[in-house]
Amino acid sequence: MSTDVQQPLRLGWVRVRVHGGDSGAVPVLLGLAAIVVYFQASNSLFLSAGNLVNLMTQAAWIVMLGMAEVFVLLLGEIDLSIGYTSAIGGVFTCWLLAPPNPAPWPLAVLVGLAFPALFGLVQGLIITSLRLPSFVVTLAGQLAGLGLLLYIVNQAAPNGGGTIRLNSNVLADIEGGAMSPLASWIVMAAVVALAGALLIARDTRRRASGLAAPPVGVSWLKVAVMAIAGVAVVLIGNTNRGEAIAVRGVPWVVLLILVVVVAWSFLLGRTRFGRYVYAIGGSAEAARRAGVNLSRIRVAAFTLAGLTAGIMGIIFASYLGSVSANVDGGQNVLYAVAAAVIGGTSLFGGRGKMLGAVIGGVIVAVIYNGLELLGLGAAAQNIWTAVVLLAAVTVDTVARRGRSAA
Amino acid sequence: MSAPGADGGQPLLRLADIGKNFGPVRALIDISLDIPPGQVTAIVGDNGAGKSTLIKIISGIWPQDHGTIFWRGHPVRFHSPKDATDLGIATVYQDLALADNLDIVQNMFLGREPVRHWMLDETSMETTAKRTLADLSVVTVRSVRQPVGSLSGGQRQAVAVARAVLRQAQLVIMDEPTAALGVTQTRVVLDLIRRLKTQGIAVIVISHNLNDVMSVADRLAVLQLGRVVAAGPKERFDTASIVDLMTTGTSSRLAAVPAGPSDQQPAGSSSEH
Repeated sequence: MSTDVQQPLRLGWVRVRVHGGDSGAVPVLLGLAAIVVYFQASNSLFLSAGNLVNLMTQAAWIVMLGMAEVFVLLLGEIDLSIGYTSAIGGVFTCWLLAPPNPAPWPLAVLVGLAFPALFGLVQGLIITSLRLPSFVVTLAGQLAGLGLLLYIVNQAAPNGGGTIRLNSNVLADIEGGAMSPLASWIVMAAVVALAGALLIARDTRRRASGLAAPPVGVSWLKVAVMAIAGVAVVLIGNTNRGEAIAVRGVPWVVLLILVVVVAWSFLLGRTRFGRYVYAIGGSAEAARRAGVNLSRIRVAAFTLAGLTAGIMGIIFASYLGSVSANVDGGQNVLYAVAAAVIGGTSLFGGRGKMLGAVIGGVIVAVIYNGLELLGLGAAAQNIWTAVVLLAAVTVDTVARRGRSAA
Repeated sequence: MSAPGADGGQPLLRLADIGKNFGPVRALIDISLDIPPGQVTAIVGDNGAGKSTLIKIISGIWPQDHGTIFWRGHPVRFHSPKDATDLGIATVYQDLALADNLDIVQNMFLGREPVRHWMLDETSMETTAKRTLADLSVVTVRSVRQPVGSLSGGQRQAVAVARAVLRQAQLVIMDEPTAALGVTQTRVVLDLIRRLKTQGIAVIVISHNLNDVMSVADRLAVLQLGRVVAAGPKERFDTASIVDLMTTGTSSRLAAVPAGPSDQQPAGSSSEH
């Protein structure tokens, strides 16, 4: 009997995942591959090292804002304000770094992160204490953010024409600089080895205790995919992309994204806070009856979304070399929602992962970058992003219907 | 004093003259009822008889207007559902209060996850969950890591009950546990109730389905228009007498099994509201 039980359990693991609408990143990655093949066929420059590194820096800020949005989407809420609050964070950072008396950059970063986090905290408090829909509160937050942005930019740089420059080599290097080729290899090897060892150790322990775990092959396959992705990124980054002088190495922003993905995935997957975020998104009433403090978790999630948006604000300032009052925070937040939803986060709450926002953000960036290479402008870029977003929402909704019918 | 078979004689839960009014409406009138440990007590009654009100008072959702609740002989007062839960009274609601997107283990431990070094202790959770389900003879779930949304109605009941057992419940209240279930699933739930009993856990079942009640209950209490019109061992009742009691408040067909002092004889009149 015991051998009979083991087999269905192992098979059950696969079936449970697929049937539950949680088939993981595979379909999204296949979609990404199809888009990449199309662009490469249309313009052979697409997969050149120079363009791919360019793509990494373009994707970075979309990915980061997408991760911010995941915190609140998992609750079944939305935050429309983070496009502008992140820009305000960037303005504070640039302001503190401005001559003639620039503050140390860590302090400037701290302030740049604190403001969006505080803004998120306040919105969270309003939403939970007055029981208002997050859509409306954060829409007001978006307007207030735009107003604040205009005001603060004028205060910070009265003669700057609505733009304030980023005066820090360290922060400019996040998007503009790269690790040395050797450092790129070492960092990537360390990241893959650590993540792989943790994954294998966990699955082995679970299997030894007779708990539900993926088959051995699947565990190693995941590690292999991580290793291949890591090697690919380093190979691309380390290929010379300079014209007159050699430019090599993986952009620092890739490391920053990796650190944030790991930290936030840990928070969502391994802590009580994360468990309660998913529980509230699945059934707030169930969470409440189980004794979860709904308000506290919601406020914390909005604060974390703000904090992550603050990181994006600094990346964005680094990407553009300045912050402008003309930042289209409304559009940026829509990219963020698109990145999260394309990456498998449900708009209905309770389903999604940080890693999905990375893949979704890369897809949005690929569409942009690819259409740009084809000589198509903002019109085509927006329309095609809309099409992909609509497709992702459709998949999300159909999967949800399938689940409730089951 | 108490039900036959209950050792020590003290009821687990005793309701003494419980009353509840909603404005001019008297929802519950002088309810006195003993719930012995380790037995299944069914509360039956027509719609509006006061079953749900009674359950909400026992589970701490609403306070009673008068009367006293005794838990193991001591008077207790519930200010919130948590007070009742802390004593060991677990209520399995009709809508079950499970999060569909979480798996069985996550639902069973929701709100009480063990933590080691700031991390959820998944190994101990999964091991304990499996053991608890096995103790309840729940063998039909494919994996304890499947989302609760993919389970059948009976399996969801099993998860909700297992959660109560996990939290050391002494008394599990089940509100219409078989209402939405097919024949097979109903049998699963009734078996579950019997397993609870063999583990020494008392069960209160609210049900419309007299077949289920007769097959699983040790004792019955019939409510009609806010009063207990009859209570006692199952042997005293048959389907016909229960229907009489539910509709008119009296029955001439009750079997003459000697009742304990707290087992109320059919109330003479039930014309009050």
